[in-house]
Amino acid sequence: MELPTKTFQVTRADLIRYAGASGDFNPIHWSDRIATSVGLPGVIAHGMFTMALVGRAVAEWAGAADAVVDYGVRFTRPVVVPDDEQGTEIEVTAAVREVTDAGLTRIDITATCGGEKVLSQARATIRTSG
Amino acid sequence: MSLDPSFVGRTYPPTAPYQVGREKIREFATAIGATEPAHHDPIAARALGHPDVVAPPTFPVVVTMAATHQIVADPDLGVDYSRVVHGDQRFAYTRPVVAGDELVCVNTIEEVRTRGGHGFLTTRTEVTTPEGESVVTVWSKIVVRGEG
Repeated sequence: MELPTKTFQVTRADLIRYAGASGDFNPIHWSDRIATSVGLPGVIAHGMFTMALVGRAVAEWAGAADAVVDYGVRFTRPVVVPDDEQGTEIEVTAAVREVTDAGLTRIDITATCGGEKVLSQARATIRTSG
Repeated sequence: MSLDPSFVGRTYPPTAPYQVGREKIREFATAIGATEPAHHDPIAARALGHPDVVAPPTFPVVVTMAATHQIVADPDLGVDYSRVVHGDQRFAYTRPVVAGDELVCVNTIEEVRTRGGHGFLTTRTEVTTPEGESVVTVWSKIVVRGEG
């Protein structure tokens, strides 16, 4: 079963806010000068910010803020965030892989940005009953 | 980039307890756009059976990233932090993190590999209460990119 697609707009302001909230002040997430000096095309989103947005999608699919019991991803490609009003967009889809007798649902997640996958092996287990 | 493989299996001393504040959870939830009432309103959280507001699933990284600094900053292991990129991340929950929790981290190095000139380091962090109640287990793999 496919779950409804969710999209998340990501701007530079979001990265600054996440840096403050998470304590991750790595300058590749706010300085083009530093980002390009280490070979990136420009400022990129924190991998953990992308994972957090995808986690929101998972919680929304589950229908409860406390439903996620296991959640893992591999970061395969950076999410480049241009310095403009629109920023960029992350699209998240998922399919149900398994529903267990214990009331757990395992889902396989796909997250893309500009048509390219930014995560692989993205999986979550959510509590769907009990 | 060469990491010292003899570090596999090494466990570090427990970190000082991290006090999970209600406003920190609200701030983190707001930063990721998570508007569900259980992240913000203690009454909504209690309705789900929790003592206070519930943290979003990736919140423990706030605690574990600081805790794993004791590993990546270990000069004997050989991590050049300016060359680090995030490889994998996983959270396996016993229960959600809630405001009022005190969280202690115990880090273990699960894997150290060097392949294709890059270093790979996987850490497992057991996050518990000071009394030893399991809350969440966190795995993180970092890649230390080779020169050139």
